Amino acid sequence: MITLSHYIVLGAILFCIAVAGLFINRKNVIVLLMAIELMLLAVNTNFVAFSRFFGDVGGQVFVFFILTVAAAESAIGLAILVLLFRNRSTINVAEIDSMKG
Amino acid sequence: MSLSLSILLTIALAPLVGSILAGLFGKVIGRAGAHTATLLGVAIACGLSFYVLYQLVWGGAQNFNQDIYTWFQIGQYHASVGFMVDRLTAMMMVVVTFVSLLVHLYTIGYMADDPGYQRFFSYISLFTFSMLMLVMSNNFMQLFFGWEAVGLVSYLLIGFWYKRPTAIFANLKAFLVNRVGDFGFLLGISAILYFMGTLDYQTAFDHAPELVGKTLQITQNHAWDAATVIGILLFIGAMGKSAQVPLHVWLPDSMEGPTPISALIHAATMVTAGIFMVARMSPLFELTDAALSFILVIGSTTALFTGLIGIVQNDIKRVIAYSTLSQLGYMTVALGVSAYSGAVFHLMTHAFFKALLFLGAGSVIIGMHHEQDMRYMGGLRKYMPVTWITMWIGSLALAGTPFFSGFYSKDAIIEAVGESHRWGAGYAYFCVLAGVFVTSLYSFRLLYMTFHGKERFTVAHGHAHHDAHASHDDAHGDTHKEDPHHEPGILEHAPHESPWVVTVPLVLLAIPSILIGFFTVGPMLFGDWFGKAIHVNEANNVLGELAHEFHGALNMAFHGFTAAPFWLAFAGFAVATYVYLFNPSVADKAKRALKPVYELLNHKYWIDELYFAVFAKGGVKLGEGLSKVGDAAIIDGAIVNGSAGLVQRIASGTRRLQSGFLFHYAFAMILGLILLLGGYWLIGQ
Repeated sequence: MITLSHYIVLGAILFCIAVAGLFINRKNVIVLLMAIELMLLAVNTNFVAFSRFFGDVGGQVFVFFILTVAAAESAIGLAILVLLFRNRSTINVAEIDSMKG
Repeated sequence: MSLSLSILLTIALAPLVGSILAGLFGKVIGRAGAHTATLLGVAIACGLSFYVLYQLVWGGAQNFNQDIYTWFQIGQYHASVGFMVDRLTAMMMVVVTFVSLLVHLYTIGYMADDPGYQRFFSYISLFTFSMLMLVMSNNFMQLFFGWEAVGLVSYLLIGFWYKRPTAIFANLKAFLVNRVGDFGFLLGISAILYFMGTLDYQTAFDHAPELVGKTLQITQNHAWDAATVIGILLFIGAMGKSAQVPLHVWLPDSMEGPTPISALIHAATMVTAGIFMVARMSPLFELTDAALSFILVIGSTTALFTGLIGIVQNDIKRVIAYSTLSQLGYMTVALGVSAYSGAVFHLMTHAFFKALLFLGAGSVIIGMHHEQDMRYMGGLRKYMPVTWITMWIGSLALAGTPFFSGFYSKDAIIEAVGESHRWGAGYAYFCVLAGVFVTSLYSFRLLYMTFHGKERFTVAHGHAHHDAHASHDDAHGDTHKEDPHHEPGILEHAPHESPWVVTVPLVLLAIPSILIGFFTVGPMLFGDWFGKAIHVNEANNVLGELAHEFHGALNMAFHGFTAAPFWLAFAGFAVATYVYLFNPSVADKAKRALKPVYELLNHKYWIDELYFAVFAKGGVKLGEGLSKVGDAAIIDGAIVNGSAGLVQRIASGTRRLQSGFLFHYAFAMILGLILLLGGYWLIGQ
């Protein structure tokens, strides 16, 4: 029997993977975008799980919204990435530090 | 009948209008316009002052006392501008405007070539206005206004030749020393407001008896008598303005200014403001024997010891300046023994003969082409006879020769001191008697060194004549001391008598110097001429005692021949005649024999050096200390730079956090989130 806690644990694991992806990745900005996507998915999993658990469909409606926004955000993120590459000729995260104080 | 307000307003404001015209529109109206405007203003004031005096004395006019304008109002207190005109005021008005008028006239000749001609006329007219506001005031606030205004004009005029460093030093010194006195004066006025609740003269005088028994807790465990405190504080103001020891140091230096103002401000009128003020406040001073004793001791010290300095001075103006100090000391002594009318009487006679002496000295200086050192004069009587005779008249009056005006006033003061039993009167009596000898000695020394004996200068005919002449015209009275071509004792031209604008004032001043004492001594000194303007307690009334022995001015003069002061003055005359006329080598021998005394006098008792070392150097040291510790270390170092440095240190630490790497920011976000949630969780526990 798959219980609520399985879903929550799955969400937590996905979220942790995403966070680890953010921190550990030093190479590629695309991976960062993917990690952010993964975070959102982890959250969405939780939403759906709780929606089922409480019998409230509102949670699943939220997921649709989040997916839409995430798609838009990815599109913008990729557009920025293209511009970044055009300007800096690199997408190496370790080299992008122009905000250094 | 009473005096009309419009006349009094005209008297006060006419010189102000002249001053404004000459000062602000000097370029437009030109030189002639400037002296016409100011002369006219002062002439109107002078004529009307005589009219006011005439009305008060012979016309039966009532005393005038009225507020005419409210200056400002703070709570219960109204500061108003008003006039109180009684015979004391009227006499002062006449003296001020008359001397001022003659000085205006004289200035036309004296300053003829000066580039600051209009400015000078503007200043002396402004001075006349300020002095009139001072003497005509009916309250302490306006008195203080006039007091400060004359001080300001004095400052401006001492530093009139503002390119001379010595003049700038002198005017700064005068201003600073006067600040000391004015501080006391202001405290005195505040004390009056505190105890009486008013600054109006008449109200304050009417309530003066209520001061008796009131005390002021200044120091712990000792309550000071209120009247004494007020008296001494007010007198400290007078000490500054009237140059009494130890605040006398500014007056000799003030001779850096042009000679006409030495006559007008630093001899005849402004410096006597302190004397006038104490006489005006006589109802207050009569309440306190202690303050009067203080005045007596200060005055007698000034009278003798500054006179002694005059004996060794070589600058003709400085001799007269020390003589002025000494005579101011006499007036102060008279105040100290409650002989207020004696002080005011001496003030009046002194104003005439001292203005005469100063203007005469100025005439000599013009004649000698701006040489002031008497060692390079001598034998001038041939060249400038009018100056010579009028200077003799002035000196005879100063030395107290019977029948001359100075005799009546000075003799009365000496006798009044002799009559007095106030604490310090014995010392004062010695000082004023010895002062007579000293006065006579330096007066005749000045005359002999200047007008008699051998000529100690040479006239350099043809020697760089054209060149020297040009520089002379250009530097007339301006930078002559610094003139590199000038050698002492060598004149470019022979000395000459001064033009009529200079000699006429001398003659006009010589007349009252001879006569005024003879005609006014009876009513003014021994009669009830001043009426209620001067209040003397019956127990202190030394002049009243003397009045019993007074049998007319003629009699007093003949009696004078048998009294000690005359013989002391004669001794001074004899010594001066022998030493400076017949046997000048004695002076040098005496100088060598009495070297320590000579040095003491020549250095003016080292008071200047002392003040300079203590106050000036001390002030600079204090300033340096405050600047180094307070400003540089605390304000700049700790507060301004310190706070900036702190911010910088913090910032240079925190900027390391801004690595610019995206993953660091993400890490910080997650960490923050964990801390926030963890914090909520902990609180929930």
